[in-house]
Amino acid sequence: MTRERERQILIDRIAKEARRGRLSRRSFMSHATAAGLTATAATGLWTSRVAAQTPTKGGTFRLGVHDGNTADQMDPGKYQSVGEIQLSHTHRSYLTMITSDNGLGPDMAKSWSATPDARTWTFELDLTASFHNGRPFTVTDAIASLNHHRGDKTSSAAKPLLESVVDIRADGDQAIVLELNQGFADLPWIMTDYHLAMLPANDDGTIDWQSQTGAGPYRIIEHDPGVGTLLERHEGWHGAGAWFDRVEMSVLNDPNARQAALVSGDVDAVTSVDLKTLALLQRHPDIEVDNIPSGSAITLPMFTDVAPFDDNNVRLALKHAIDREEIIEKIVFGTGFPGNDFHVSPNMPYFPADIPQRAYDPDKARFHLREAGLDSLSVELSATDSVLPGAVDMVVLYSEQAKAAGIDITPVREPSDSYWADVWLKKPFVFVKWGARPTPDNMFTLAYKADAAWNEAHWKHDRFNELLLQAKAELDETRRAEMYREMCMIARDEGGSIIPMFVNFVYARRRNVQHGPSVAASWEADGARSASRWWFV
Amino acid sequence: MNVFAVTYFAFLIIASSFAAFQQRRGPFMILFSLTLASFVLAIVGGTSALRSVAVGAGLLAFAASIAYCFREFLVIIMPTGIARELRTAPLTAAFGLFVIFTYAIAGIFAPWIAPYGESEIISSAFAPADENMLLGADQLGRDMFSRIVYGARNSVGLALVATVSAFFMGALGGLLAATKGGWFDQFLGRAADVIMSIPSLIFALLMLSIFGPRIIVIIIAVAIIYAPRVFRLTRAVAGNVVVMDYIEAAKLRGERTWYLIRKEILPNSTAPLVAEFGLEFCFVFLLVAGLSFLGLGIQPPTADWGSMVRENATLISFGDLTPLIPAAAIALLTVAVNFVVDWMLFRSSGLKE
Amino acid sequence: MRDILGLVLKRLGLGLVTLLVISVIIFFMVELLPGDLAQAVLGQGATQETVEALRQELGLDRPAVVRYLDWLSGAVVGDFGTSLISGDSVGDAISDRFLNTLFLAAYAAVIAVPLAICLGVLVALLRNSLFDRIANVLTLTSISSPEFFLGYILIFYLAVKTGLFPAISSLSGDMTFGELLERTFLPALTLVLVVTAHMMRMTRAAIINLLASPYIEMARLKGAPPWKVIARHALPNAWAPIINVVALNLAYLITGVVLVEVVFVYPGIGQLLVDAVAKRDFPIVQACCLIFAATFILLNLAADVGAILTNPRLRHPK
Repeated sequence: MTRERERQILIDRIAKEARRGRLSRRSFMSHATAAGLTATAATGLWTSRVAAQTPTKGGTFRLGVHDGNTADQMDPGKYQSVGEIQLSHTHRSYLTMITSDNGLGPDMAKSWSATPDARTWTFELDLTASFHNGRPFTVTDAIASLNHHRGDKTSSAAKPLLESVVDIRADGDQAIVLELNQGFADLPWIMTDYHLAMLPANDDGTIDWQSQTGAGPYRIIEHDPGVGTLLERHEGWHGAGAWFDRVEMSVLNDPNARQAALVSGDVDAVTSVDLKTLALLQRHPDIEVDNIPSGSAITLPMFTDVAPFDDNNVRLALKHAIDREEIIEKIVFGTGFPGNDFHVSPNMPYFPADIPQRAYDPDKARFHLREAGLDSLSVELSATDSVLPGAVDMVVLYSEQAKAAGIDITPVREPSDSYWADVWLKKPFVFVKWGARPTPDNMFTLAYKADAAWNEAHWKHDRFNELLLQAKAELDETRRAEMYREMCMIARDEGGSIIPMFVNFVYARRRNVQHGPSVAASWEADGARSASRWWFV
Repeated sequence: MNVFAVTYFAFLIIASSFAAFQQRRGPFMILFSLTLASFVLAIVGGTSALRSVAVGAGLLAFAASIAYCFREFLVIIMPTGIARELRTAPLTAAFGLFVIFTYAIAGIFAPWIAPYGESEIISSAFAPADENMLLGADQLGRDMFSRIVYGARNSVGLALVATVSAFFMGALGGLLAATKGGWFDQFLGRAADVIMSIPSLIFALLMLSIFGPRIIVIIIAVAIIYAPRVFRLTRAVAGNVVVMDYIEAAKLRGERTWYLIRKEILPNSTAPLVAEFGLEFCFVFLLVAGLSFLGLGIQPPTADWGSMVRENATLISFGDLTPLIPAAAIALLTVAVNFVVDWMLFRSSGLKE
Repeated sequence: MRDILGLVLKRLGLGLVTLLVISVIIFFMVELLPGDLAQAVLGQGATQETVEALRQELGLDRPAVVRYLDWLSGAVVGDFGTSLISGDSVGDAISDRFLNTLFLAAYAAVIAVPLAICLGVLVALLRNSLFDRIANVLTLTSISSPEFFLGYILIFYLAVKTGLFPAISSLSGDMTFGELLERTFLPALTLVLVVTAHMMRMTRAAIINLLASPYIEMARLKGAPPWKVIARHALPNAWAPIINVVALNLAYLITGVVLVEVVFVYPGIGQLLVDAVAKRDFPIVQACCLIFAATFILLNLAADVGAILTNPRLRHPK
């Protein structure tokens, strides 16, 4: 009896330590099993006592954000930088959201439904929501917010997302109806896009983005673009969470500054850490690193209508000449997942796990080169470090690996500020990073469909495009999965893009900051919603 | 008291007694005050402090002996005229010459000296130093030592070419402006003002963004940025020379501008120009390094000290010394160049003491 | 005194012309930059139509010369336009940051200038001694590592390891002056290390240059002690080159500190300028460059006037 009690006290103490963030899950497990619990009982204890602890209110959350600029904007149509995305999810709200377990959840829309052909969508609005100026949220606001990204005059970067929407109208004062010109099963997922924030409408049908208001969990007190933002809780917020009283976001663009600020306690969390020092940072007793597979892909598209890439054998040679394992080890220091030259990440539904992984094989690359009638190959590959820190290093590494196959790749470092305007879609062989997209259809339609504006490899494959259309309308899940598998195989063996890896989001917080058992993988720091989802212990 | 401390103090005391016996006041003062200071140090910092002093002094002595040997070596192999000058060179200048000489050898014979290729990947990332890799590996697993050696060729070469072109443009402009005078002088002066008023980093950033970050563009941009400084200096120095009587005389003789510049003005204005060269050379180095911080430096995989510092810079925040290696390479060269410049400046000042 | 006034007026006039030329150069350089504001703002998400729409919205579809003249006509009457991105007036966007930059520059200068000149005089006095060599090596080493790296080293030792100073220098409105000084100490120290060597060496060189002149020889033969020779006789004649190099370094403290700002996350004007160049926000780029140029011109003028005041002979050029 006394022994049982002692054990109980010990376990209580371990659980308490773990709750305060002093024990990781792994060390908690080993301590708990050492105290005499079975592994299952320990896991149960972890979920019931440690992970599911109730968050507490209070405190000022200081978040160091990378990639913020003095040119950051309030116009949601022009959101682009990580700083803007982090801020927008803190002070604005969307119709739907990616939940922390990576499902689709309600935000300002309570529920949604579609006609069977997926061409008419109805979103039921949450009318308890209100903007920071006290104005309640109405259908007019929702319609104006979406229309901001539509029409001939719009300069919104989200215009292509809503291209298939032909009409948006109110359905009573509770719901809005979107009319599409083709079936689109993934529309509610699209509504989580960071551009599509809900803002108060002006009388003329435009939206008021200038006043920095929103319907998000926190209200802006002071905002200095490129420096930081001070926010306080919006008491009328319609959602759950928002534990912190205040949020202080500082723009820390320099990796060293970010790291030093976190280690010395000047901030509580940062949205990105320098991967070169990841191993050293993980050893720090006060720091917890979150390493989250994101589904964000690195692609190396080759123009399939330009010599020498117009020959599939050349493309295959280049695909075999890249050592994905070494790249993951040296460029992202293990925080990535090898790609297989098709753009479906393991996070996406319909991921075909059974397709064999393509490996580094210089002999096979040589063989394909000979098939193409070439003894050697010399190409230029453009990259810039602003796309991914280490992008240029990756290209250098690739060029060394390809030498074994007789392929000469010249790395070209391009200026970062005109990369998207002058290099991507302009030069035949470049380095690109794609943010995670929720579904294969979404990804393929954006960048692999023959007539897509962002068809970065100029790739036109009849069977692939035929399958893409069929799969959109296919309601049988197994058949749909089979179609996507075939498309992945085609992209892998005949496509125009090398996909060396999917990179993780790696961010860090001090131990006294807690989050739930899982975090959203859509953006850094819990889908950019750390301010409303995390709490202090 | 351990053996090290005993040896340390015994050595110092014997050495200072020896110096006193030999009637060498300077060395005696240095040695004995070091002994006294060491007592305090040993109480405050313990043996480890003494050890670092000993290492520092050892390094200093090593550098001094190398410098001494190198000066003797140069004196012997050089023709008499130069040898006489060299004999008067202080040890610091000899040390500077030695470092410059070493860098030049490293740069010129880089492919033969470096054990591995410039971009050859031979191990895992940040592998520690072993018998194959003198200084360990960088972030891609390339040999750090080989890259430092190649860097001597690329970075020093680039900075040298850029500085020389800046000097050529600036000095030529300055000399012509001083001799010709008039609107030509005015025009060049105003043009120099305009270029100097644009911050150099921004100017380089704009140039490189417009014309692409190629080596030739970097050289031209840097030359344009630094030429006005040289121009102003040359103009000022030459301006003082031009009003001298012997120039008047030469002009009356009917000598042409080119002759005046070459034979009369230039020889009398070299000293300040050389001194300026030393500092400008370092600034060019740093500007190129700064550009690489903004992602606009020399194209990879070319080894370049500035980029090498930048690529590994974050490691310093965990006390890892890898980024210090290329930084030290830059610092050593800067110090060396300026030692030599100091000596030349001293010689030309006519100060004899 | 009147000739000095004349000189100042003449130089100010020339300065205005210089500014005009610079504004033309900067405008066309920004024009020549690949890509334009619309593409830069929309980034990866840009399509042909949205880029066109944004260009129209911002008036970027007008010819370059028209846009320049438009800007110039505003600038002449003191209206430097509005930021194309935020829509704020350029004055609002810049003023706070410029004050921050000035503060940091002043902070560094207050430490660096006296330090450099004292050190310079001292090493000239003790020339070729061990002290001279060590001071030389240390200052040269401090200027020969890239300044961002110098900042990293200081952060590591003085912020992360010992916690003496904050690692980042973000400012907020309700700080006391003492806090402000503490927060910005590390960037100021970095700048001090960067500029001290140049000024110190120039002071030393200027003094040593004079030591061979006959009147110094005379003073020495009279039996004046070495420090008196330098402080009384050499220094007054060495002011002109020293003031010149101080002015040059002060200008650098204001215009050349982008990297230090980035490393310490200090909200100064350099960061704003680099961001504006990246986004092709022309009015901001133009205004920043003109401020920098004006700073440079004014400091140069001040240096020349200072040189004339310290050396009356320069008032009457031959």
